[in-house]
Amino acid sequence: MLWITCPTCGERPVSEFRFGGELPRVPERITDRGERNLDWVWMQDNVDGVTTERWFHAAGCRRWLTLRRNTTTDRVVAG
Amino acid sequence: MNEFVETLLDLTWHEPKKSYDVVIIGGGGHGLATAWNLATRHGMTNVAVLEANYIGSGNTGRNTTIIRANYGIAESVRFYQRSLELYRALEDETGCSIMHSTKGLLWLAHTESGMRAERARALMNQACGAETVMITPSEAQELCPQLDLSGGGRYPVLGASYHAGGATARHDRVVWAYAQGAMQLGVHVIPHMPVTGLLRDGSRVVGVQTAGGPISAGTVLSAVGGRVTTVAAMADLRLPIRTHPLQALVTNAYAQGFGPIVASSELLCYVSQTGRGQMLMGAEFDSQPSYSMASSYEFLQTVSTKVTHILPFLRNLRILRQWAGICDISPDYSPIMGFTGIDGLLITTGWGTWGFKAIPAGGEAMAELIATSKVPPLIAAFGLERFAADHAMADQGSAGTR
Repeated sequence: MLWITCPTCGERPVSEFRFGGELPRVPERITDRGERNLDWVWMQDNVDGVTTERWFHAAGCRRWLTLRRNTTTDRVVAG
Repeated sequence: MNEFVETLLDLTWHEPKKSYDVVIIGGGGHGLATAWNLATRHGMTNVAVLEANYIGSGNTGRNTTIIRANYGIAESVRFYQRSLELYRALEDETGCSIMHSTKGLLWLAHTESGMRAERARALMNQACGAETVMITPSEAQELCPQLDLSGGGRYPVLGASYHAGGATARHDRVVWAYAQGAMQLGVHVIPHMPVTGLLRDGSRVVGVQTAGGPISAGTVLSAVGGRVTTVAAMADLRLPIRTHPLQALVTNAYAQGFGPIVASSELLCYVSQTGRGQMLMGAEFDSQPSYSMASSYEFLQTVSTKVTHILPFLRNLRILRQWAGICDISPDYSPIMGFTGIDGLLITTGWGTWGFKAIPAGGEAMAELIATSKVPPLIAAFGLERFAADHAMADQGSAGTR
């Protein structure tokens, strides 16, 4: 199971957290403003590897945190 | 697919040619059903289905095999009702037994708001041609004597919607039926052939790069499960898909018959009995996206707690096996089918936790799209362009239980 280190509460199980989505990152090659908006709202990198995302400690301190996680293994990575 | 199974089927394996009219990436249910429909309905047999592993090794072989049409929005109900009807006819059409069994599906409600949701579902279903009616707790008990109407004291059954058309089928056999039917008509199904890139001519997609060399194609269809984002990225196509694991489990055999499929929106779980008598159950997908197929003990805890509230007899069974699949979840819990905005590349994705039941209708519609270059009305609402047009098809009847 995934364990997440919360800056306030320390290492806690994933069931206490709510997934808040990956940080939206619109590719540079998309230049049209409408296209960029569309991408920002809907599209996902959905990488098979290391991703940066937001989590909400719903059953803890109720603060948001930013996390780097490897989606291939479903484990938190340092940094 | 093992040697024993292959002896039961009439399969002709081919070496890949240099060029096809249509190349389908992904040898799961949707890819093979599309190939089968192209061959049988449209006379197109210069088709290849490329599968990275063995056929049916992805989500088609990992789901809980439930077929139903009791969705929440009109477009979905019509689409899945078509699929349900095609499943009924599939054994006759392909001449293969898929162990199809119409069982009826009970969708339990435990609160007043749950009852409202089920009433809305039943009305929407009736309006769109799916058989769903509201029933009382005692009628539910008659259909499923094992049900604890008090819900363990915490989840009392106030009523249920009953979807008489709810069915199950053996998922591997569905794959084999389509593969065999397509191969007999000359379609090349090529397992263990991962696609590593897409061939481009300007912006147009003109073929695929595979582990065995390039293959050119008039049309490329991605019928890939969980890893669809990777395939789309080969054409610089961005998708609104998140890949979440979904887990399931079976118990040892339950000696008595368990007639219907039982589900609960509020408990977020579903239970049915397999042909071998095992009790098969699942719950919602994991909250965080991941490509890991690791099973978790937490899933066993969660799902056991949920299902034993309504079906206490499950306490006496033992968990035999658990597994996971990775699902391509769309933001509105509806599939994404059709054109991609890139010439030569079509897509059928976003099948999340509702892909198995959609195989026949999805294959039929995608084959029609490839053969005629026109989007069939049945899937017109499910195009990728709906996100730009702000026409998301949010469906609360999707996601298994959500």
